Amino acid sequence: MSTQVEDIPQHVLDSIGEVQYEETGEFPVERGYIWTSCASVENGNPLFWDDEVADAVTGGPIAPPTMLSVWFRPHNWAPGRTEVALPLQVHFDLKETFGLPEAVMTDNTIVFHEPVRPGDILHTRQILRSISDPKTTKLGTGRFWVIDVEYLNQHEELVGVESYTGFGYRRDVAQ
Amino acid sequence: MSATAKSLTLTDVHEGDELPELSYPVTATTVVLGALASRDWRPMHHDHDFAVNRNGTRDIFLNTPNQAAWFERYVTDWTGPKGRLGRMKFRMKGSVFPGDTMVMRAKVESVETDDAACGWASLLVTLSVGDELKTDCSVRVAVPTDDDDNPWTRRGHDWRP
Repeated sequence: MSTQVEDIPQHVLDSIGEVQYEETGEFPVERGYIWTSCASVENGNPLFWDDEVADAVTGGPIAPPTMLSVWFRPHNWAPGRTEVALPLQVHFDLKETFGLPEAVMTDNTIVFHEPVRPGDILHTRQILRSISDPKTTKLGTGRFWVIDVEYLNQHEELVGVESYTGFGYRRDVAQ
Repeated sequence: MSATAKSLTLTDVHEGDELPELSYPVTATTVVLGALASRDWRPMHHDHDFAVNRNGTRDIFLNTPNQAAWFERYVTDWTGPKGRLGRMKFRMKGSVFPGDTMVMRAKVESVETDDAACGWASLLVTLSVGDELKTDCSVRVAVPTDDDDNPWTRRGHDWRP
């Protein structure tokens, strides 16, 4: 094991492969947001706009598959909340652990399973898969990490898995 | 619109086929609308000052979930409604800013029918601005094998994305 890997705290190493942050979405999947999403990219797929097509092809309305993560982004504010809730909490935990103020997502893989339908209440769980040694890119110096997010519906059917590669970094000061 | 909206079938798809190009002028509204539609409230997608002075980027920029939505729209414009996404893997190489004209292109890398008789096309989709590749996306999309097939009816072991 390299010196850099040894710099990773034990509690972080122990969390690799473990399920964290099991959460239920704050609201049911709803068509208003489906239409807003489609409008944002001018997606005219009749599955999302024409109930006759949706009935014939998908047995009723569904959400665009790529909206998976949308159903888990918390409201920016909610009554009684004292801190801004953060999606993909493992990512933000790692930023804090390593003292890396900035971060970008560099890779994203999404695998789609059962369709998501209006009225579904999804739940999710996050799993840290790996952390790199320190790296320097044009953005700065930091670490890459891979986080899986699994999504299930109220019937415990897997609806999708997202894998994110994040790069947490500190901007390098010009010499 | 008719419930028999036209969909591509696997016999129409061949390795090396190129999809029609999609060109789109990105504005601040494109970026902000995309961020809000994906419930991404982070300031680098709507606050110019934050994006420039905190993130060190040129301007606010398209967020990842909205880029995924753009890729989905581009691919299903081609397949029609029976096209069912199985897997997308995308790699961001650069940001897309207001004022950019993004251009999406794609090529069919392979065509196959799996052991469950589901037809698949694998595509490499690119999103470029000028000569600069901003994001590439490998997409595996199920396409009906004939007019009677419908990938959306597949469940469990018959769906192997």
